[in-house]
Amino acid sequence: MSMRTPLGKVLGLGSAREGTEHFWRQRVTAVANVPLTLFLVWLVVSLFGKSHQTILDTLSSPLIAIGLLLTMASMLYHMRLGMQTIIEDYIHAEGVKILLLMGNTFFTFAIGISAGFAILKLGFGG
Amino acid sequence: MAEADIRAKRPLSPHLQIYKPIPTMVMSILHRVTGAAMYFGILLVAWWLVAAASGPAYYEFCHAILSSWPGMIVLFGFTWALMHHMLGGIRHLIWDTGHLFDKETSTKLAWATLIGSVGLTVLIWILAAAV
Repeated sequence: MSMRTPLGKVLGLGSAREGTEHFWRQRVTAVANVPLTLFLVWLVVSLFGKSHQTILDTLSSPLIAIGLLLTMASMLYHMRLGMQTIIEDYIHAEGVKILLLMGNTFFTFAIGISAGFAILKLGFGG
Repeated sequence: MAEADIRAKRPLSPHLQIYKPIPTMVMSILHRVTGAAMYFGILLVAWWLVAAASGPAYYEFCHAILSSWPGMIVLFGFTWALMHHMLGGIRHLIWDTGHLFDKETSTKLAWATLIGSVGLTVLIWILAAAV
């Protein structure tokens, strides 16, 4: 006989109260990352070593700037989820774990805001 | 004293080092290692973008470091990590559908991930050199 309440069964969130959300978001960003990775590789290969003016001209195209914003957002979300799993797997001291999980969020947001601002600035003409 | 010793010396379950490495296991480890490496590697992408947004002088400085020999070696490793993690990820997405799980097929997929990632990395760098 199950001891779970009817509401608990319907919500399906389990003891961590998160359900399969982490898994699902990890997969959604993984699928998005495949085309976005190919886009990023193509862009970097075609821009690497080019003049600063060429970078400005390329990123002033909305499609390129939007593609780069999507790439950074999806990749950063994905890697934040991944690092969260790594921390939870290997760090067992509660205090250190919480600090590292906070640091994980700070790190990904800092990179995301920096890259996002740079992309927008370049997109709007440098 | 005796009790503390027993607690300290109680047997632990065996860990990675006692197992013989097999392809699926090695690719699984590499998947995590490449992901963790790129977690910090993306700093270079962000730095490059911020450098470009900071103006020509700082952009040139950033490019000089990235295109130096140590910089190129890091970028080559980054390319391989990206390709390996992408192919390994596609492998996981296939597994999510419940397919290609049996022993022989998953071992072949593991080898395909490694060979494919090296192949794609070399291809990308040939293209980069040609552009």
